[in-house]
Order: sequence, then C-alpha cells, then structure tokens
Amino acid sequence: MLSSTIVPKSEDAVASIIAAAAAGGERLAIEGNGSKRALLRPVRATRTVSLRGLSGITLYHPTELIISARAGTPLPEIEAALAEHGQHLIAEPPDLAALFGSSRPATIGGIVATNLSGPRRIAWGAMRDHVMGIRAVNGKGEIFRSGGRVLKNVTGLDLCKLLTGSHGTLGVITEVTLKVLPAPKASGTVSIHVATLEQGIAALSAGLGSPFSVSGAALLPEGEGAVAHLRIEDFAESVAYRCGRLRDDMARFGAASVQMETQMLWQGIRDAEPLGATPEEAIWRISVQPSAAPGVVAQLRAAGGTKFLLDWGGGLVWVAAHASEAAHQAVVAAALWAQGSYTLFRAPEALRSTVAVLPDELPALAAIARRVKAVMDPAGLLNPGRMRAGQ
Amino acid sequence: MIPLPAPKPDVLARRAQIVAALQAIIPGDGVISEALRLKPYETDGLSAYRQPPLAVVLPTSTEQVAAVLKYCNAQGVRVVPRGAGTSLSGGALPLADAVVMGLMRMNHIKTVDYENRLAVVEAGVTNLGITKHVEADGFFYAPDPSSQLACMIGGNVMMNSGGAHCLKYGVTANNLLGLTFVTIEGEVVQIGGTYLDAPGYDWLGIITGSEGQLGVVTEVTVRILRGPEGARAMLAAFDSIEVAGQAVDAIIGSGIIPVALEFMDRPCIHACEAFAHAGYPLDAEAMLIIEVEGNVEEQDRLLSWIKEICNRFNPISLKVAETAEESLAIWKGRKGAFGAVGRISPDYLCMDGTIPTGELPFVLKRIGEMSASYGLQVANVFHAGDGNLHPLIMFDANNEASFHAAENFGADILKLCVEVGGCLTGEHGVGIEKRDLMPVQFTPLELDQIRALKAAFDPQWLLNPAKVFPLEGNPIFATIPVLNAA
Repeated sequence: MLSSTIVPKSEDAVASIIAAAAAGGERLAIEGNGSKRALLRPVRATRTVSLRGLSGITLYHPTELIISARAGTPLPEIEAALAEHGQHLIAEPPDLAALFGSSRPATIGGIVATNLSGPRRIAWGAMRDHVMGIRAVNGKGEIFRSGGRVLKNVTGLDLCKLLTGSHGTLGVITEVTLKVLPAPKASGTVSIHVATLEQGIAALSAGLGSPFSVSGAALLPEGEGAVAHLRIEDFAESVAYRCGRLRDDMARFGAASVQMETQMLWQGIRDAEPLGATPEEAIWRISVQPSAAPGVVAQLRAAGGTKFLLDWGGGLVWVAAHASEAAHQAVVAAALWAQGSYTLFRAPEALRSTVAVLPDELPALAAIARRVKAVMDPAGLLNPGRMRAGQ
Repeated sequence: MIPLPAPKPDVLARRAQIVAALQAIIPGDGVISEALRLKPYETDGLSAYRQPPLAVVLPTSTEQVAAVLKYCNAQGVRVVPRGAGTSLSGGALPLADAVVMGLMRMNHIKTVDYENRLAVVEAGVTNLGITKHVEADGFFYAPDPSSQLACMIGGNVMMNSGGAHCLKYGVTANNLLGLTFVTIEGEVVQIGGTYLDAPGYDWLGIITGSEGQLGVVTEVTVRILRGPEGARAMLAAFDSIEVAGQAVDAIIGSGIIPVALEFMDRPCIHACEAFAHAGYPLDAEAMLIIEVEGNVEEQDRLLSWIKEICNRFNPISLKVAETAEESLAIWKGRKGAFGAVGRISPDYLCMDGTIPTGELPFVLKRIGEMSASYGLQVANVFHAGDGNLHPLIMFDANNEASFHAAENFGADILKLCVEVGGCLTGEHGVGIEKRDLMPVQFTPLELDQIRALKAAFDPQWLLNPAKVFPLEGNPIFATIPVLNAA
C-alpha cells in the first residue's frame, strides 16, 4: 500500500522527485487531490506524488478565450474565475466526488489526465479538444512543454492530446492551458416521454440532427420506456424559440414538454446521479455509436439486473451493477458486440485489479504503445499498472 | 534554401528493381516511373521547392498501401505520403530516393450514417466532396480550409487543417471519430471507431496533425453536423488596426461567438476588391468579416448587437448583408484572397503563425516595419477570433535575391509570433518550410522527445523524413552529407 505522500510546491521540485525516483528505481503514484483514486486499476507504488501543492491560475485572458492553471488548482476555483467573466469550461467536466466517495474536489490536472467530459461533449468536444498547452515532467524528470497559449497550433507532434487521458502514465502534468468560451446566457430542455429505448435514441438523434444546436442529449430509462432530454443553451430569445420548435418536432416520439433553466438536471446527468448506483455497485462506461445503445442495454438487462443512464445522444452508456466478474464480462461482451469500447469506471479493488478495466490494444498498437511508454517513462515509474496490467 | 538529406545511393542504384516490385503490388497504371509523368509530383503548394521522386504509387486499397509500406520498410525505402498536394509548407515535397504514395485514387465515400451523424470516407475524398455529398440532407463537414475544393481528407488529417469556421466548430482533430491507419511495417489498425473518446492513449489525437511522420491514413470516420437554419455575414471597417482589434475583443467579450471572424488589412482589402469587386471600403486600414448563424430573427438580433458594439469604435463603414447573396458577396473577396494577391504578385509566400489576439496591433506594426526594411510588400488576412495570421509576402521567384529575402522575412515573422507567446504554425504544418525554425519554439530536449516519439512509430525514419524535425541533432541523418534542394 501507499506509504507516504509527497506534495511538491514547484515544477522543479516535481522534476527532482521524479529524477531521484528514476535513479533509485522507485515507483510513484501520481495524483491531484486523489478524488478519482478509485478509477481504473490500483497503482502499485511505494510513494504518492500529489500535485495539489502546485495550485493557482497563472494566466487568464477572457478576450483571448484562454486560461492557464497549475495542475493542482481545484476545478471549482477555475470555474469561479471563469464565471466572473461570464465564461465556462467548454467540455463541462463532471464533479465525481460523490461517485468516488471523495471529500475533495477534482483538480484541473486530474480532469485533463483522465479526459473527463460532461453532456456538452456531444456538441462542443471533449476536454482533450480544449487543451491548448501543457507543461509536464516525463519519467526521466525532464520538464517539457507542448502546444502553447494560442487557439490554433499544429507545430510538432500534439503531446497535449497524448497526455490528456493517459492517466499520468506518460508524464506528470504540471500546468494546463485551456480554450474557454462565453457561457450561454440561458438554457432550456425539451423532455420527451418515449415508450422504448429505440424511440428514445431516435428522438435524441433527431434532436442532434436538427438545426437548433442541441448541447445535451440524454436518455433516462423509466421502466420499459424512458425520458429523453434535449438541451439548448444560448441567448434567452434563441433558447425560447428553439425549444419551441424542437418540442413541436419531437411530439412524434412521445409527449414533449419544455422547461427553462434546467441546470440542476444537467448537472445531475453530468455527474451520473440518475444512474442511482449504490456505493457497493460497480460502474462502467460504454462508448458506442448511438444506434447500438438500445441493443447494449437489452443484452445487459438479459444478463441480470442493471441500472443505466445514456448520455451523448446514446453514445455513452453508464452502467451500474453488482460488482462481479460475471457482470464485467457481460459489459465486455456487450461493448464488443456493439463494436464499441468500455471502461470499468468504479469497482472494489478486488475486481479492478483482476479484470481488464479497458480493452486491450491491437497487437500493432500495443507494440507502439510500449515504445511510446519507453520514450516518455523508460523506467516505468509513473502510475504503474493504472490503465493495464504491466503498463 | 532549406537543405534536404542526400539520397541513399543503394536505393537509387536499385531503382529498376524497386519499381518492378511496386508494379507487382499495384498492377496496371498505378506505378509511375517515367520522368515526364513524375513531373506533376515534384512539388506541392510550396512550389519554390521541386524534387522529382524515385517513383510514384497510386494505390486503390488499404491492402495495397499496406503491401507497399511493408515492402519499403523491408527494403529501407523512404515514403512520402501525398493527398492533393496542396500543402503550403512542403509537406508532400518528394525526396530523390523516396516513393511518393498518392492517395487520390482512394476517393470513395463508403458510409453515410445520419442517425449516428458520421461518414466513413477514403483518404482521397476531397474536403468539399464530403459536404457536397451530404448537404442535400442538411448536413456538412465542418472544417473548411481555403483549399477545400481540392484538398483531401487524408491530408487534412495529417495537417490537422482548420479553416474560417473553427472558432465555433473546431479543427480537423475535433471532428474525427476514427481512422484506418497503416504502420510502416504494413500493419493495418483501426484507430477509434464510430464512437466518442475511446479509452487508452489518444492515438487519434497524436496521429492527427503528424504530417505523415507516423503512418499512412487510408480511411477516415468523420463527424458530420446538421447545418444551422441559416447564416449571414456583415462587414465592419475601421481606420486603424488597433481599433479593429479592440472591436474583436469587445465582440468576444460580449459573449457572442460568431461562427467566423476574419480580419484583413489595407493591402489585402485592396487586392481582394480589385479581384472580386465585393464592395470593400478602400479607405479602411482594417476590415472584419463577421458571420452569425440561426434563423432570420436570430441572425438579425446577433448582427444588430454586433453592429452596436462596432459602432462604439467609430467604424468607417458597417454593412450587414440583407440576403444570403449579399453574404456570399462579402465572403467572395475573402475566399479569393490568395488568388487576389496572386494577381498583384506572381509569387507569394503564405505564412501561418498564431499569436495571442491581444498582441495583434504590435505584431502587425512590426510586420509593416519589416516589410519596409525587406522592401517586400505584404498583405495580411487572418482568423481574428483565434489569432491565426496569414501574412502573404509578395516576391519575384525569377529573382533569387527576392526569394531569399521573402524566406528571411517569413522566418522573422514566425520568430516574432513565438516571441509574443504564439507558435510557428496554426494550420499549415511545419513541413519543410518551417522545419529549421523549430528550435525557436522548442528546447533541444523537447525536440529530442518528439523525435523519439516519431521513431516509436517509424524506427528507420522512412516516413516523410527531412520534414518537421530539424536535421541538425538527428542521429539518423548525421552521417549523410546534406544537399540543397534543386
């Protein structure tokens, strides 16, 4: 188990710690506030390096749509600074403290390292799409940068994307620069009661295929049927007009109604609250093309009592079920059937250390992955085993 | 001129044998080796550089691409992938000992799926070809580089192409779901798929924008979007660059995200007006084209707000398009900007740095001073919302001194972009053109690291070598004498 946590106060200190660990053959767990420690596989390390000591916004130019912050900056601090200027984080990253049973808020470095996005992802892109610049320390203790503080940059290989979602296994992110946008002035939701999940997906697809810039499309199962929610965010006049048009268009799928100012509903969906997972249950996320989602749900229902929440137009299926290998295999089989992918998102340590929490790479990519890891972290000391056994 | 590595003598000596082997893989007319027929492939959009390749292959399937790469890898033969050859940075410039792999015959749209809002297309489908294919159903493919009529999606992926509308819709990387990717060993792998955000390392992200350094993309799964109910443009002209820059800040600060926000300086306005007769104000120092989306009422409302904001900055003229036709007229000059400059000067270099938008007045002032000291005219057109500059440096290609001056002027502009916190290239790529400027932006350690990552995909440095990464400090080229391009 983890014996101690080091909290460096500067990027240089992070670099020295890693260089020393590399020299001493020591393995390190890398985290921000540790709010998602229970995500993916348990890390086998002798010490933890927490980035929470590297905190604070370092640059914010609202008219340039750019914010930079040290990796350990709590997400709420960034959101509050943006809100003061009427702006927001485009990908709507979730607050999973409740889901992971953490009392601490996520850090911006942790959100980028895990590439977590909320409902707005379907329309405006994922966290990885808005990481414009990164500073990090590789597994040799060397400080490097990629990208910068401008919105368009194709200079050199895009290590911002490589590091985003790499769960701290290729480098320790010390600072990130993100594209931000003006926050919408208003929002509204069209809710449609549908008789089947197929109809629900059809409604979401019709909404996303409409000219009304839908920025959230979720499906909450209720018995045999479900409620489909479509969100519009914009200036108040546009929200009212487009919600009205959408409601009329959606009537063919079921009883449709409009509600204004539905932030709480979408915050809940963002944080997977409607999934209703109990603390003992395991949680998976399955990525599929939306039209395959009802089939995935049907398969998993046949395999046993499970709970669902569909976001991203049906392309993201949240699943909660009894934490067992059998349930995991059912999820793996359903994702495979749908030609999609999966993540065992939360589970007791016993389960997540025995099963493959992510699908294996194809052999040709696995070989490249080993070589990439050897470039970035040759001693394999950063978050060993976090994503896959031995990786 | 930018040096290229010397060709491998053993490869040149085996040319006939290599061509025969390629013909066995691609029967028919898919292998080109005659000098006259190689000519069209000796350059790309950076036409100051020319070099006929060893041979050209025009595969028609992923299997042929894989077989050619497998052969070239085994034989140590270099490969330069090519789409339409519209690169402005020399990304598709051949090497004398390299096989150019042209993907233009892989031009089929394989799947269009409106329910899941995606299309699977081969690498040689043109950018505009995707939109043309789906627009009758109200859909479009968002990234719209100026070369969209000709440029191909495979090249767009390799350059992570942008366009005029990326402030709202993002660049190529933000509009992809999956790739069929062939490694230099000839292994075919599916990257991503038909779903969002595959867990694991973001191969899709690192391959996009990799300029042909990591492998060859043969098929692309793109997101297609439903278009808005309508869109309309307006034009706002100001008597100083600073004031126009302030107006841009005020628009973005107000919470409006125009779908496009383009900026032109005086020389560019004049060149475009002479070409397109779009009604541009010739007395302006700077002009903005601003486009908004929505139904007619939404457009009216947004345009009136923007007009109100612009009015605070004493515009010389404000013109709101009343119809779609008037919008097209406003855009006509901008879309033809490169051609318009081409009418004034037969040769120009199109630069592509990005700067923090707040640095705009300073950077444009410095570019003006450099223009005077180099004695070369420059016209500036750029995407104002994201700070991506396109200075067009006019020169005379028949005069070697003029070309050298233009290259040095361009390099100075890009160094300035980095100095003020920006980067060397926003959307055209490093290619050959900006390769030797990379140390301006990156430390030796950072360069070593991305070079090592390139080698993780392509250990023998066979894929598009001599581009992107400076030759200096690269052990793979250390022992090879360096020659100048023709």
